[in-house]
Amino acid sequence: MKTYGMIAEFSSPAALMDAAKQVRTAGYSKFDCHSPFPIHGMDEAMGLKRSPVGYIVGGMAALGAVIGFSLQTWVTTDAYPLVISGKPLFSWQAYIIITFALFVLFGAFGAVIGMFRLNRLPRLHHPLFYSEQFARVTDDGFMLHIEADDTQFDEEKTEAFLASVGGTNIELVRGA
Amino acid sequence: MAAIDSQTYTFTDRGRFGIAALGAGVLGVVLTVIGAFTDTHTFFASWLTAFAFWATIVLGALFFVMLQHATGAVWSVVTRRAAEAMSMTLPLLLLCFIPLLFGLHDLFHWTHAEEVATDHLLQWKSPYLNTTFFIIRAAVYFAAWIGLAWGLNRLSLAQDRDQNPAHTLTLRKLSAGGLFLFAFTLTFAAFDWLMSLEPHWYSTIFGVYVFTGGFLTSMAVLVLFFQFLRGANILSDEVTTDHYHDFGRMLFAFTVFWAYIGASQYYLIWYANLPEETMWYLARWEHGWYVVSLLLIFGHFVIPFVTLLFFRLKRNLTVLRFIAVLLIVMHFVDIFWLVMPTFSDGGVHFSWMHLTAVIGIGGLVLWLFWTRYTANRAIPVYDPKLEDSIAHRV
Repeated sequence: MKTYGMIAEFSSPAALMDAAKQVRTAGYSKFDCHSPFPIHGMDEAMGLKRSPVGYIVGGMAALGAVIGFSLQTWVTTDAYPLVISGKPLFSWQAYIIITFALFVLFGAFGAVIGMFRLNRLPRLHHPLFYSEQFARVTDDGFMLHIEADDTQFDEEKTEAFLASVGGTNIELVRGA
Repeated sequence: MAAIDSQTYTFTDRGRFGIAALGAGVLGVVLTVIGAFTDTHTFFASWLTAFAFWATIVLGALFFVMLQHATGAVWSVVTRRAAEAMSMTLPLLLLCFIPLLFGLHDLFHWTHAEEVATDHLLQWKSPYLNTTFFIIRAAVYFAAWIGLAWGLNRLSLAQDRDQNPAHTLTLRKLSAGGLFLFAFTLTFAAFDWLMSLEPHWYSTIFGVYVFTGGFLTSMAVLVLFFQFLRGANILSDEVTTDHYHDFGRMLFAFTVFWAYIGASQYYLIWYANLPEETMWYLARWEHGWYVVSLLLIFGHFVIPFVTLLFFRLKRNLTVLRFIAVLLIVMHFVDIFWLVMPTFSDGGVHFSWMHLTAVIGIGGLVLWLFWTRYTANRAIPVYDPKLEDSIAHRV
């Protein structure tokens, strides 16, 4: 079995946040924190950058607006040119509502699909689930894991380091 | 320069802001009143524009206070006193409203008995649109608003003295009911004072439109005000970038909402294409008014929307200040655009009285606001949520 990484438990959200800061300062980059609820300031403590999902949403929304507007332009001026209530064929005011609706719809697609892709979801299993204690992060556990792929990872040194920043129940996780 | 005691948050020095505002206000009012003798018609139109501009902002601040209480919001507690003080200028706005009663004949077509006699639609509307009922309704609106503002301020200030957290719950209940009352009174006030300028025209969403512009602008005023205090090193540790970020989000949300409501009103009328409805938009397009209409679309929506879309720009105090000034100017343009087409035959006419009336009423409002704000502690020091509010992070 390949080594996936190492997890450690911390006593409180504050201890976890403090540990995250120290793990980052120590030069680790492939690590993550797990808690039953969001912890304010954690992104900053872990040194996470802003998620690019906003730009995906923006791009998709713009695409939706362009599609919505051009589809209606094509339909009403070229494919089925019908005069409706005496208005010009190219009545762009009437297009705005559907343009806006597709703008929102595509933006929502961008948000959901972008979020899934960036989180590498969906996936059926994760090596961390081999750890029995890890299930407690959905209940009362505040945990941090460092991946074995991290250039600084070393079984003994990382274990000693996690203990030094206050980690308990340190466990080496093996799995595919 | 104003100064504050860092322990009790009471003002030790009120600075010169109040006196400057009072000076500008008195000067503005005097000049406008002189203008009234040269051109009464323009005077009343300008005064109504300036009154509606400031009244909607002050009512926006009243709404802000009630909204924060009703939702139990935490982030806004440090900023609440400013909005409370703003809502306490409503009695002054009542005074500014009274001159308009002498100009009803100049302002409102439906007050002309001889016109109504030959106009079937106006006859039909006359049980609502008549001078007596108009004045009674205005009295009811002001009574409701002043009563709410007074009650909200009294309870909030009582907490400063007796440190009783129960006031927070009472304020929440008062605000929940108050919001209901506010929605109706503001809607009908917008119908009476602005929509009835064109008595043939009607739009049920009009009150929401006027409310949104005012609330949005009151947020912009608060942003500028707290940055002004920051310049004097007052509350600069309490009102943080994260609070400005939340103001930025409010500005963003209500910029979009304003455009949404404006567009909804426009589309229904555009689709139906009924002459008595479209004439309102026609008057706002012909004779150069299209410039003002386009200015609103870009200045009141496109520019703030695109700017406030970005995370970092909402946290940039300079950018936020620019947007706040833009939105305040645009709110004036919006009110001007609602009021003035009725009085401008063949073109956009910006009178110097518009400027002096806005400065006049505004100076007095800001003077009273500053007097009320500095008379009390700058933040509600015994609000149970204050500590979390100061520590608020986005």
